[in-house]
Amino acid sequence: MPGAIYAEGLVKTFGDVRALDGVDLDVPEGTVLGLLGPNGAGKTTAVRVLTTLLRPDSGQAVVAGIDVLKNPNEVRRSIGLSGQFAAVDEYLTGRENLRMVGQLYQMSARDAKKRAGQLLERFHLADAADRTAKTYSGGMRRRLDLAAALVVSPPVMFMDEPTTGLDPRNRQQLWEVIQDLVAGGTTLLLTTQYLEEADHLAHDICVIDHGKVIARGTSDQLKARTGGERVEVVVHRGHQIESARSVLAAYGTGEIAVTAHTRKLTVPVTGGARLLAEVIRDLDGRGVEIDDIGLRRPTLDDVFISLTGHAAEQAKNGEAGQTEAGPTEAGAAGADRDQKEGER
Amino acid sequence: MTATAPTPEFAPRVRRGAIAQSVMDSLVVARRNLIRMIRIPEMVIFGLIQPIMFVVLFTYVFGGSIKVGATISPQAYREFLMAGIFAQTVTFATAGAGAGIADDMHKGLIDRFRSLPMARGAVLTGRTIADLVQTTLTLVVLAGVALIVGWRTHENIGKVLLGFLLLLLLGYAFSWIGALIGLIVRTPEAATSGGLIWLFPLTFISNAFVDANQMPTFLRHIAEWNPFSATVQACRELFGNLPPGFVTPEAWPMRHPILASVLWSVVILLVFRTLAVRKYRSATA
Ligand SMILES: Nc1ncnc2c1ncn2[C@@H]1O[C@H](COP(=O)(O)OP(=O)(O)O)[C@@H](O)[C@H]1O
Ligand SMILES: [Mg+2]
Repeated sequence: MPGAIYAEGLVKTFGDVRALDGVDLDVPEGTVLGLLGPNGAGKTTAVRVLTTLLRPDSGQAVVAGIDVLKNPNEVRRSIGLSGQFAAVDEYLTGRENLRMVGQLYQMSARDAKKRAGQLLERFHLADAADRTAKTYSGGMRRRLDLAAALVVSPPVMFMDEPTTGLDPRNRQQLWEVIQDLVAGGTTLLLTTQYLEEADHLAHDICVIDHGKVIARGTSDQLKARTGGERVEVVVHRGHQIESARSVLAAYGTGEIAVTAHTRKLTVPVTGGARLLAEVIRDLDGRGVEIDDIGLRRPTLDDVFISLTGHAAEQAKNGEAGQTEAGPTEAGAAGADRDQKEGER
Repeated sequence: MTATAPTPEFAPRVRRGAIAQSVMDSLVVARRNLIRMIRIPEMVIFGLIQPIMFVVLFTYVFGGSIKVGATISPQAYREFLMAGIFAQTVTFATAGAGAGIADDMHKGLIDRFRSLPMARGAVLTGRTIADLVQTTLTLVVLAGVALIVGWRTHENIGKVLLGFLLLLLLGYAFSWIGALIGLIVRTPEAATSGGLIWLFPLTFISNAFVDANQMPTFLRHIAEWNPFSATVQACRELFGNLPPGFVTPEAWPMRHPILASVLWSVVILLVFRTLAVRKYRSATA
């Protein structure tokens, strides 16, 4: 039986850009799929196709058992969408926003009102419920947007980069909300540029780049593909990098990677904790002061590098340093759109 | 599929008929846009300043020097002018609708609406209804100012009201042109200018501010068939504001201005509503 979200051979081109280049997806009911990829990978396009906003050039999709292309309006009754940029009306209060969405989901005015009240409580927005969304911080807008997507408790949810641009505290809060949701049985497709986030929230991960799924599996399976452990050292002073490098060369089983500005050296090893202890003694013996040292198991970052040949970090440049602030977030959103418009 | 939705209590309720749903959804969106108007009163106020300026400037600056019908008289021109300014004002709804829709596109709200199980045309209909309310308000204020500077009607109240209805219908039809522009251009600024620039030639090459009979032949023909002129002519008749010695042109719309006004408005409405709703269905932010 196909899952709650199923897609086969999705292709969507914009001029020369193949935003989706034959994407297959299958998300079993009640699970979370993390769609992981750098900027421009095609994540948003995939979400837009699955949520009936965009017609693919070819391929098919079934959501909640309903054919997306043949029966889009039925699909809309069964899904909730929280898009990449919080889509709330900033001149309406939080409560008014949610009531409107409820009514447009065809709830009665009374139910919509009651439901709005519940959601505002649940998303810690009760105090701000009757202020216009203009006054909300980026994190609050995100929560309101998510609440709007949950008005009818849809069986299938889509969230496009739900935590991009949020500070760690808000991200943590949102993760908890998402975990609650999934515990309640909702099927979720979540896109993210944060490897940590996919690792934390998703049962299965699809890595996509240039419109193609380049790997899929659980986070453990993906890590296993990348293999071995590494020793990572941060030296105290820049000029000590060279001595550290010569020490590590004796222990490593591969090339040593150096990031000069963070004074970090990384080398693949075998031998675990015992070897680590030896490395520490040796470095100490040569007078290299260490700020940090550790044995690192592979992370999804490594998976990404080994799959795509470049770090995911590069792609999310500029967003990493962003914290919650309405104007900043809106500005970033605008810039991203302008960039897209330029590409058209 | 087995049921997974956690709270059936709030599942979408029983479906309404298509038309009932369409009306309900449109009203929900209209309400939202009206709330926005109240919270951004600048928009309404700026929408008023320009027509009021036109009333005052045309009345006092040009009033004594423009020949309408067979006379050059400030009072005749004043009465002649108002229908033109009213009509021009209602067509400015185009810019409002366009900017509003473009803004919704830009902010991702159109995406949200399009992901909801709501009636297809409701987002646009809701917007145009809200604009109609704003246009009505604007007309009321403007008519007040016109009365203050000396505008008078000379027909019964029924005819005068019919004149205003024609104006509102024209404004409503034009707001659909704006909706389409808003969906195409995607930024509110572009929608505002895109909604206005073509209105100036349209409203000036018409009978709105001058007696078209006194235009060169070529322009006169354009002016007489200009959709906008039909409504202006109809209002002048219905308000009793045709100047003394005015010769009704031969052109069909000028001979049957009320019918022509309704026809033009309905055609514009149907054509642009169809185009806009079709565009909305594939709209991409
Ligand atoms: N409406 C559009 N018009 C033209 N190109 C687009 C449009 N939407 C997306 N693209 C292009 O398609 C590619 C995938 O974009 P997107 O799905 O937004 O990526 P992601 O969400 O992973 O960052 C990008 O190269 C982007 O520029
Ligand atoms: Mg995206």
